[in-house]
Amino acid sequence: MLDRPAPDDLLPPLFREWFASRGWEPRPHQLALIEKARAGRSALLIAPTGAGKTLAGFLPSLIEIVGRRRADAASPLHTLYVSPLKALAVDVARNLGAPAAEMALKVRIETRTGDTSAAKRQRQRRDPPDILLTTPEQIALLLSHRDAGVMFGSLRRIIVDELHAMVTSKRGDLLALGLARLRALAPEATFVGLSATVREPDQLRRWLAGSGAATPMADLVTVKGGARARIGVLETKRALPLAGHTSAHAINEIYAAIKAHRTTLIFVNTRMQAEFMFQELWSLNEDTLPIALHHGSLDVAQRRKVEAAMSAGRLRAVVCTSTLDLGIDWGDVDLVINIGAPKGASRLMQRVGRSNHRMDEPSLALLAPSNRFESLECRAALDAVAEAAQDTPDIAPGAFDVLAQHVLGVACGDPFDADALFEEVRSALPYASLARADFDRIVAFVATGGYALKSYDRFAKIRRDAQGLWRVANPRVAQQYRMNVGTIVEAAMLKVRLGRLRARAPGSPGGRIAMGGRVLGEIEEYFAETMTPGDTFVFAGQVLRLEGLQENEVIVTRARPGTDPKVPSYAGGKFPLSTFLAARVRAMLADPSQWTKLPPEVRQWLKLQKMKSVLPKPSEMLVETFPRGGRFYMACFPFEGRLAHQTLGMLLTRRLERLRLKPLGFVCNDYGLSVWGVSDLSLAIAQKRLSLGDLFSEDMLGDDLEDWLAESALMKRTFRNCAIIAGLIERRFPGREKTGRQVTISTDLVYDVLRRHEPDHILLRAARADAATGLLDVRRLAVTLARIKNHIVHRPLERVSPLGVSVMLEIGREAVYGESADAILAEAEEQLWREATE
Amino acid sequence: MAGSDGVSALLKESGDRAARRLSFGGLELAVDALGGLWVESERALIVSDLHLEKGSSFARRGSLIPPYDTSATLATLTAMIARWSPRRVIALGDSFHDVGGAARLSARDLSALSALQAGRDWLWIAGNHDPSPPPGLSGDAAAETVLGAVALRHEPSLRDARPQIAGHLHPCVVVRGGARGVRRRCFAMDGRSLVMPALGAYSGGLDLFHHAFRGLFDHASLIAHVMGDGGLFSFPAAALRR
Repeated sequence: MLDRPAPDDLLPPLFREWFASRGWEPRPHQLALIEKARAGRSALLIAPTGAGKTLAGFLPSLIEIVGRRRADAASPLHTLYVSPLKALAVDVARNLGAPAAEMALKVRIETRTGDTSAAKRQRQRRDPPDILLTTPEQIALLLSHRDAGVMFGSLRRIIVDELHAMVTSKRGDLLALGLARLRALAPEATFVGLSATVREPDQLRRWLAGSGAATPMADLVTVKGGARARIGVLETKRALPLAGHTSAHAINEIYAAIKAHRTTLIFVNTRMQAEFMFQELWSLNEDTLPIALHHGSLDVAQRRKVEAAMSAGRLRAVVCTSTLDLGIDWGDVDLVINIGAPKGASRLMQRVGRSNHRMDEPSLALLAPSNRFESLECRAALDAVAEAAQDTPDIAPGAFDVLAQHVLGVACGDPFDADALFEEVRSALPYASLARADFDRIVAFVATGGYALKSYDRFAKIRRDAQGLWRVANPRVAQQYRMNVGTIVEAAMLKVRLGRLRARAPGSPGGRIAMGGRVLGEIEEYFAETMTPGDTFVFAGQVLRLEGLQENEVIVTRARPGTDPKVPSYAGGKFPLSTFLAARVRAMLADPSQWTKLPPEVRQWLKLQKMKSVLPKPSEMLVETFPRGGRFYMACFPFEGRLAHQTLGMLLTRRLERLRLKPLGFVCNDYGLSVWGVSDLSLAIAQKRLSLGDLFSEDMLGDDLEDWLAESALMKRTFRNCAIIAGLIERRFPGREKTGRQVTISTDLVYDVLRRHEPDHILLRAARADAATGLLDVRRLAVTLARIKNHIVHRPLERVSPLGVSVMLEIGREAVYGESADAILAEAEEQLWREATE
Repeated sequence: MAGSDGVSALLKESGDRAARRLSFGGLELAVDALGGLWVESERALIVSDLHLEKGSSFARRGSLIPPYDTSATLATLTAMIARWSPRRVIALGDSFHDVGGAARLSARDLSALSALQAGRDWLWIAGNHDPSPPPGLSGDAAAETVLGAVALRHEPSLRDARPQIAGHLHPCVVVRGGARGVRRRCFAMDGRSLVMPALGAYSGGLDLFHHAFRGLFDHASLIAHVMGDGGLFSFPAAALRR
């Protein structure tokens, strides 16, 4: 419980009157934060949306700024506010401006983001405002100037918004390092974190305060309650399909729900789902309701238009991906619909919180699962929400690539002493257990690349001076640093251009050629590379036909009306099923008494599974082998998320290949995977030629994993991100490649060479650490393999089981073959020559 | 198509993936899967676009990429020289990534390169990255040369009607299959032109259907000999067009 200090003691008359004039009373947590500030304590405020979190964070600063003596005015920066989104910083500036104006406070509040003009940014360093609202990248940039100590020395408070979202990313690492720097520059500053509910508040409290042995955690202020959200599962007339990700069966009910509410936010997990849902809704939209689409690949101008219309209350619904997950108050949303499964209980709560930004009224939300597995997951998530269970991830150890960027940034400011910087870095929670040897390796990496072959001394970016301090070798290094700061690496994108068709010159191959027209947006290069001309896909709300790739552009034409998109898959969902929900789904599967809350077709599906095969116990993993259509299949159900399953699938196909069991490919989803091939696996198991215990043994994470990593496209993407963040290679800026001012080098080639010549280089270690938790989810796979050891239940079947169908129906395009490049080349060679010579 | 019949017959008589034998412009060639061309009659090994010291060239400008590319490239060259024992080596230009490259060679790489050059003729053809021959290294230099009726040059010519072997363009192709296809370097050839892949460890590839290749090849008879990990794979290029 909160102490309730008397408002009169804490609020100056001016503020008291303002509250009264609005008919408000200061809330207990708002007063609590003022009290913490007075006592010089840092604090973490955990509150549901609509609790007046932002005002609570700023009240102590406003009071202090108004009350501070004139003498301080020389270096007036008092409060630094950091948010993960620049739009949020702008939004907060607006919201804070109102009370400041109404009380006629003499407070200068300014934002500083990538969009701020260079002139204004320079002025802000010379003459900072009282309150500066900014992003982690801008803080890094400000800290890389020599006058950072002057600018920040006066700082009294640092407010970090949406802390829960920030700490689990590399941006969180960058910010943690920046705050460690600020702690040194402004020892009197205290920290305030604003966060949604999390599983482990103590981690955030330590993160805020810093991890020094003598440092106490930040104090905790929790706002309980808020009206409980009303979340239901959307009931549909049409039965839930066995597989698929579109929720097409629910489209009528979704449309009806939009009609029945003022403004609806429709969250989907992938861009493909967004495109599909948007199209389906408009095909029903006889009332021509203003329904818009918002995702990260749309043209920026297009997105800004949607956001403006949304704020102005001109839209009835927006179909969006996680781009609208965080913080911003987008007008009067009174319903959230989550398409597909929520993937995590905490994520669901945050999305639901987007509806009805007033704490005392319940948020209203509907879940629309798109297949039967997802129906189980939705149920599990609802139960978790009812218990207020949280599954936010732990804070991971800080990334080496981010630290490398930070070290260079520090050197761009004042020269640093390695011992002192090491201590400072360790005071950032993610780096609390950083080894000195690794730190030294990172400093060496920043200086000369840190290679065993020391040939770059003369090209060093930082050098030790006579006093033993590290400083940048020349001003160009600092310039380069500033161009490349940040931890967000955009995937290589290709423009999607609408082309006009015309006949190709006679005698040349192919029938038609497309000439350039309007640009519709961008798609990832790796997605474009999975398609061939003639393939159709949905983008920017229409069905497009791929005509060809031309340099950095994908040339498309509009498909004939009524064409079904042939390539439905779109890079998959970003978030794998949380471990917590996975465990709940497994428990639900094994316990028929929990099935009563499920739709009848889902209950029927599970009953059939029990009859035809078996429902595994929560601790078990079911493996089914069966023949189908001349092939032999093995389906297994670890329920550990798509990323871990994909890695498992790659490793299993390699092992089966080595055992000469001739696998051909596999598909997976969040719940299971299915491998197929030309050898009878049931027979191989019966004859003891194949042991499932051996097949799934943990040693696959040794050499098999290493072999695969050597050529894995996912691993190469991971390495590229690390190389860019660490400053090994420069970011690609649109436009600059064309003029030749920027020479690029393929990080895939660098990866190959480095892997062969110095496999334990710090950057490869950074990439492997990322692979453990990122796109390859190796760590989760390791936990899974340990969990299922001696708990594999095998059923040889005559045909595919009900659970198996739901995995097998995963779209064929997602089938992946874990085989070697040469095998692919050999097969393609044979096929193409056959075609050419027939 | 007549062209395909011809090449398929050609492929049948040269099953070895490590080195595919074929004739071009009156020369009997072996296409080495490591990225070189062997001309038996001249006992000459042709390589192209070594881009030595590309790593240090980047390092000079602040991108400290691993300094192992020269060793890696020289190792490939060493393996081919060991296989064929050439009397002559012809490097088709862009042997060094920049003019100062030769001066930046490490002592080890320099002695490795000198050992390769010892006892054989060595011709540095000029490239756009290295218009003048590498200072301090042995070997002759030329803007271009001929072997029999075939012109050897860095940039393929659109005007000269003679058969030519060239580099410069770093051809590569994407072969469909697997999750997202396989992208590899290749030798690209029709009846008139043979464009070699870049040998440099850090040399990127340019898609064979990029406009930079426009007008160079007769697409009906264009063959791509693709460098796999364990050998060459050959494709009628028209079938690879995306």
